[in-house]
Order: sequence, then C-alpha cells, then structure tokens
Amino acid sequence: MTKQVQQLDRVIIRFAGDSGDGMQLTGDRFTQETASFGNDLSTLPNYPAEIRAPAGTLPGVSSFQLHFADHDILTPGDAPNVLVAMNPAALKANLPDLPRGADLIINTDEFTKRNLAKVGYETNPLDDDALDAYQVHALKLTSLTVGALAGFEISKKDAERAKNMFALGLLSWLYHRPTEQTVAFLEQKFGKKPDIMKANIAAFQAGWSYGETTEDFSVSYEIKPAKLSPGLYRNITGNIALAYGLVAAGTQSGLPIFLGSYPITPASDILHELSKHKRFGIKTFQAEDEIAAVGAALGASFGGSLGVTTTSGPGVALKSETIGLAVATELPLVVIDVQRAGPSTGLPTKTEQADLLMVMYGRNGESPVPIVAPQSPSDCFFAALEAARIAVKYRTPVIVLSDGYLANGSEPWRLPDIEDLPVIAPDFATAPADGTEFQPFKRDPETLARPWAIPGTPGLEHRIGGLEKADGSGNISYDSGNHDLMVRLRQAKVTGIANDIPPLHVDDPTGSARVLVLGWGGTYGSIAAAVRRVRKSGGEIAQAHLRHLNPFPANTAEVLRSYDKVIVPEINLGQLALLLRGKYLVDVISYNRVRGLPFKAEELADVIGDVIASV
Amino acid sequence: MSELPDVHGALALVPKDDAPQTAKDFKTDQEVRWCPGCGDYAVLAAVQGFLPELGLRRENIVFVSGIGCSSRFPYYMNTYGFHSIHGRAPAIATGLAAARPDLSVWVISGDGDSLSIGGNHLIHALRRNINLKILMFNNRIYGLTKGQYSPTSEIGKITKSTPMGSLDAPFNPISLAIGAEGSFVARTLDSDRKHLQSVLRAAAQHKGTALVEIYQNCNIFNDGAFEPLKDPAVRDDITLRLEHGQPIVFGASGEKALIRSASGAFEVVRTADVDSASIVVHDTANPDPSQAFALSRLDSPSFEHTPIGIFRNVDRPSYDEQLRDQVGEAIEKQGPGDLASLLASGDSWRID
Repeated sequence: MTKQVQQLDRVIIRFAGDSGDGMQLTGDRFTQETASFGNDLSTLPNYPAEIRAPAGTLPGVSSFQLHFADHDILTPGDAPNVLVAMNPAALKANLPDLPRGADLIINTDEFTKRNLAKVGYETNPLDDDALDAYQVHALKLTSLTVGALAGFEISKKDAERAKNMFALGLLSWLYHRPTEQTVAFLEQKFGKKPDIMKANIAAFQAGWSYGETTEDFSVSYEIKPAKLSPGLYRNITGNIALAYGLVAAGTQSGLPIFLGSYPITPASDILHELSKHKRFGIKTFQAEDEIAAVGAALGASFGGSLGVTTTSGPGVALKSETIGLAVATELPLVVIDVQRAGPSTGLPTKTEQADLLMVMYGRNGESPVPIVAPQSPSDCFFAALEAARIAVKYRTPVIVLSDGYLANGSEPWRLPDIEDLPVIAPDFATAPADGTEFQPFKRDPETLARPWAIPGTPGLEHRIGGLEKADGSGNISYDSGNHDLMVRLRQAKVTGIANDIPPLHVDDPTGSARVLVLGWGGTYGSIAAAVRRVRKSGGEIAQAHLRHLNPFPANTAEVLRSYDKVIVPEINLGQLALLLRGKYLVDVISYNRVRGLPFKAEELADVIGDVIASV
Repeated sequence: MSELPDVHGALALVPKDDAPQTAKDFKTDQEVRWCPGCGDYAVLAAVQGFLPELGLRRENIVFVSGIGCSSRFPYYMNTYGFHSIHGRAPAIATGLAAARPDLSVWVISGDGDSLSIGGNHLIHALRRNINLKILMFNNRIYGLTKGQYSPTSEIGKITKSTPMGSLDAPFNPISLAIGAEGSFVARTLDSDRKHLQSVLRAAAQHKGTALVEIYQNCNIFNDGAFEPLKDPAVRDDITLRLEHGQPIVFGASGEKALIRSASGAFEVVRTADVDSASIVVHDTANPDPSQAFALSRLDSPSFEHTPIGIFRNVDRPSYDEQLRDQVGEAIEKQGPGDLASLLASGDSWRID
C-alpha cells in the first residue's frame, strides 16, 4: 500500500497521559526531533504539582503541547490538531480543548471499566457517539508495545512503561521526524541499564513501523523547515536560558557568580543547571531556607561576587527584608522570581503574572528596585544579563520576573555572538588619595551609584548596614533632612535608569492604528499572535511590550498618549494597568484572565477586535 | 576569575600585616552608644585587644552582625563591617565566607538574634561548618526592645511581656550548638578578659564554624544575671574551667571533681573521696560529642557548677573549602568554562 503524504504549514500536537506515563519526556523528545528538523516551534508543558497523583485520575493528567510550523510562530497554539490520549482521564481532561475534526490517537488498552469509572465515564466513549466529531485512531498501544518487546529480558511492567516510546515512534513516522537523536538519547539515558535501553529503542522503532504498515494511518504529513535567519540554533527553555544568562553575566563581568537558592517550583531547574557549571567559577549554595539563600547571595555581593538568588513568589515574600537591606546598602544583587499562580502555595506548576506589584512595592519603606521581565523562553538569557548589568552598574538589587510558562516552555534560539553581548564593568573602588577619607556613600554624579568597596581593599575599611546612613560618609544618621535626601537619592538612582534602557518600541506597520495593545513579560507570544490575526483580517492595531517595568522606558507616556485606546492584557487582575493609570493618568483597558495558562491568541484577537470596533 | 589556592586552614589564606598592630588600630571614630556599664564594652575591648595577636590585615577582617544591642559592634571595629538583619547574620556571613577564603569573618549576635529569630541560620551554619566565628552575647534578655524575656531567660521570668512570668523553657546554647554538630563550641564571660581572649584565640584558629557564647551583663534590664560567676566570694566554688587534657576539678582549692556515675551521667564529688584516675579528663578533640554535651548539661539556674571554656574543638572539613575544591576540581577536569561552547551544547543545528 502506498501511503499518501500531505503537506501542512503547521501542526499543534498534545501528548496527554497519566503523570507516570512519561508524557513530558515524550514531548521533549518530539520537540528535539522537530527542532533539529528545522521547524519553528513553541511548547507548553502542563503537569500537576503532585509527583504521582493517583493513577488514572483527572488531577493526575500530565500533558505536553507542541506547536511547530514551516514559518515563524509565537505561541504553543490555542487548540491541538492532534491529541494523543494515553488513558480515559487524559481524554476527558483534554477533549474540551479539541476542535471538531481533530485527530485523536487513543490507547484503548487503558479504557477498562475501572479506568472509565474513575473519571466518571458511564459508557465507553469509544463505543458511543461521543467522539463522532473527531478522526479517531483507536490503538491497543500498551499491548502493541508489550508484543513488540516479547523477546526482551524485561518485566511486563517495564515493557508497558515503554509505551510512550511506541507513541513517540508512531508520531515521529506520522510527521516525518528524524529519529537518530532520540535513539542516541535513549542510549545515553539508559546506558547503565542495557536491557531497558534496547527495549525502549525497540518500542520507539516498533511505533514507527506500525505507522508505516497499519491501515489506520493512510496519510502522513510533512511540515517543511521554517525559513529562519542563518545561524547556529538550539532549542531552549526559559529556565535554562536564565541559567545561561547568569553564566554569561559572570563571563561578561569577570565577577564570580554566587547563587544562593532554596528549591521551589518552578524555579529549581535554574539551581540544578547552574550547579553543573562550576568550571565557570560559579558557586551554588542550597541554603536552609529562602531567607538564607538571599542573605548568602547578598553577603557574597558584599565580598565582590555577583550574588544571585532564584525563587518563585512565595520565596520572594520571604526574601523581602533582605532585598530591602540590599536597597539600603546599595549592593548588586539579582533576584529571579519565576512567577507561579498564587496567592500562598496557589498552583505551583501553573503560570501567572501576579507578582508585579509585590516586587514593585512589597517592602517596608521607600524601597525602589529595578524590574526586568523576559518575553520568551530564549529572551530569559538576555533578561538575566540585563538584570546583572543594571545591578552592577547601579549597585542595586534587580528583580527578574519570569513565569512558569516561560520557565518550562521552549523555542528554537539562534545563539548570539559572544562579541555582541554587553560587557559589564564592576569598577571596584580603589584606595582614596592619601589623606582623604573614603566616602562609601559618595555617589557617581551620573549614575548616582555608590562605590563598591570590597573587603581586602586596604584603606577602604567601612561599615554598612540597614540603618539610615549619612549622605557621603555613610555614618549612621538619624537626621530628618538627611533621611529625606537619602530616600530621594535612592529613588532618583532607580528612576535615572530610564535613560540607560531602550525606549519602548511600538510595532505599528501602517502608522495609523488608533488602538495600542501593551503587554509585559511572558504574554508577548500570545499578544503578538493575536495582533497578527487582527491584522490579517484587516484590523489596524499597534503593539508594544514592556521589558523594563521599573523604571518604565522614558517614552512610555508619549506612547500611551499616542493612541485613542490602550489595551493591557495581563495574567493577573490588572497590576500593570494600575501602575500605568497611577503614573500616567491614562485610562487603559485591562483584560485579565488567571487560569494558570497562557492567553489564547484567538481570545486576545477577539478582545482587540472589539476595542477597534468601538473607536 | 581568581586562582584557587590549595592551602587549607582557618586563617591560612588570610593575608598577614607586615607592621605590628595595636588595639588602637581596630578602633573607629564612631561614638560607642551602649549604655554606660554594659558588658558589651568589655567584649569590644577584649576583641580589639586580641586581634593584633593574629596579625591579619585589617582590610581582610569582616564583622557581620544581626540586630540587637550587641549587633552595633561592627560600627566600632576599624575593619570591614556589615550590620544586617535580625537573625540573618550567619546567612549573610555564610555567603561572604564561601565566596572569600582570604577573609576572617566574625559574626556578632545576641541570644534573641541567634536563638529566636535566627535560630535556623545558627544551627545550619554549625552543621555546615563554614569558616565563621560566631560570638553570641548572651544576656538572657531583649535589651534593644527594652526588656522582654529571651529564649535563654529562666522560666518564670517577670518582664514587660510576661508580667506573670515567662512560660517557655530556655535553650542551653552550648547543648544546642553541640546538638547541631558544632565543631567548636565554647563559653566565656564578658568580665574575664584573659579567659575571653584565650577562647577567641582558639576560635579564630579553628577551621569551620566556631560558636562562642559570652555571658554578658545587661545592667539595665537584667543586671546581675551572671553575678555568682563573677562574685569573688563564690565564683571559684562554682566555675568549672575546662582545659583540654586536664582532669575536671574545681572549687577554690580544687576540692570538687567530676566523675562518671554508674548510670553514665556526670556526678560532682569531693576530690578527696575518689581515686584520681576516676576523675573525668576533658577532651575537646573527642569526635564523639557525648561528653561535651554531658558537660553542657551541668548548667543549672543556680550556677552551682557552671563549665566555662572550650567544650568541643574537633577537626572536620569546612563547607567553604569543600565548595572551593569542587570548583577547582571542575576546572581541573573539564577546563575553564567557555560561554560559546556552553550555549551550543546539547542538540544544536545550523541554518545557512
């Protein structure tokens, strides 16, 4: 039988199964195959906070969505074209997202009475008309895998566990993915367990062959490589990009990086990654708690390292007092907040943008801290580097606001030329001229930064701390006028950074849009995809995206006032909108959803369309 | 990035001063603002008086403190200093000591700072054994907040916050430090300059975390808390001066001694009544902390037999040296890091 090959320009696949089914690994491998094939791509892992929620239940469903295309894309996609459902729970949890006509690949072995009952299916959806709207491919995935591994010296349980590789093989055939890297990956991953390794490779190859021979799949699909600009590429998640950005901060400044961190979802991978790179002189310290983590980082900064701490919202809450001390002592410090859904423990594995006002204002006293927010997984690299640049140049703590979606999502990244990266000059203070007293709080007239005088430097012995200091000398001062001056100086220093960051760029191709959509951080992809849709259907819309949230770029007021209406979509209840209204007296239109997931491009396009229609 | 020397030792990597130093070199121009008569003055003078013996460069010494009366200490030391946050000094000093092997890092703290709000950092610094010298000024009261009971106050203490008497049992800081795997644990007195300085000297030379509890008088809110240990009429009768390698005898003329009873606990007996071979010999270097812990349990509210001196002083690897070793090993085995190769690591592909 000759199989038909159909050309597609893009596909969205969602792998869904129980949290023990290896869906994240399957998704990761398919992503790597797709990346090396040369498609543009964007991914969205979605998994429960429990390591192993009760098997077969709805809360235990783990999924991985991948959008890949022959052109550049911005999001993991709104709705999947293909759903791989490894059990009834995965089907039930994901079916509402599936548009009519989508392909459904189902592991029927798991559709037992007991499993159906666990998720409240009274009848088997495979037997009634529940799935009539879809192209259903019902396969005995588990038994096919076990059958293919009949000759292997492994337990039945291990054979069953290889079913995710069978599924990966099948999907790899269906979309013409290269397979060499997955084989190499399995060889490495299971190198110490040769039987398991061979079985997984065999299951993967059996899945591929099954696609080729079964009559159930009469068509396979080709998605040509995307025309990306020339260069060396890799696929990267936000957390790894952040870790690399911190490594780069070390090499670009010559400062040793000291990471103090306490494990927390979804930030722990940055600690894991940096701890592998000691050859760069990086020291990683897993502290007893969040407070010690930032304390040690600040102590290291006092000693002339670049102190960094990585955490999520609950950790920032605990670190607030020390961040305040860094503001008062004016020492460099990089604080990375990978935001997750809150309040309190909230939804640890889901994304949100609701820490903005906390990092902006959540400290006692007037305590201004610069804030940088990356806009895509790969941009986390540059955001970390930018935060380090500001921290060192202005002797200040800087907060990076990443989020769970950026942290775990991935995209292809064209690697930058090292020569193009900023060089960061620590400019440590050196001994003052003979006879003059060292002034630890005498500021650089341009940046208002104070000297960074590190222990070991003769003649610069001085004492700093959280008590208010006299301007210049840094001695303890309870003088009311001095306090007013110091509060204003610290604020002026941060405000002045606006002159040292790029102006807010507006994408307004016709120049005649009357509506601006303004976002910040991890929503860039969704907003940009929505903007494309609106423009495709003839709408005029301008787009701008804030990377610096404190201070705002110098031209922000001018940009806001250039449009009749400004829409501010946020995954919170309007935090940036509050800041913009307060600072610029512009009545922005807030659009807010806090579902623990990124915006869908379609919903944002509708919102934008409605506003355009109203002006 | 600086080179990583392979020399280990508490002060081995801290540069020495060529010129002789005096106590005056360590004084600042800042007016000392403790209450007149405060025990902190004596500790400050003792520290300033003993540091010249170490001969370290002033710029390579750092005092880090938390919050409380004693935590003003760094402002009065002509070294580098960091007056930080309530309870957090060990955490901040940990980062500094881990990053800088060429510094002698001292933590100044009090009983509230170390044992209440900062208890977690204290125990973890001790178990980690990072190169810090923690001086804990124990006056058994909150001074800076004007007289509330502290975690070392005796049960039933009447204070502003406990008008009917405090309810919680106090910590014994020495027992706590030994239980937290402290490798150097000692106790001394603000008023006994010679003893205080001898303990500081040993602490300074100890590799890893040293905890020195200093009984310190707050003459405003808890005056006379340690009076029996200072009163010439009784102090020799009740103070066990611990000396490594020496039998533990005390009393004005050595008439009391410590033996191990049949139950295994320590017992105070008349020296004349026992065979000298049965008297416990103090061994600070014993890897087993049981004896040091048992000594710390001799404390009682009436001070009837209070050990002072070094309870425990054992050699074990310090966190900071091992951290440096791991970095050194990574560089030695893999070569120094190269950013471009790191970025291109894993699966990468080229588009022309």
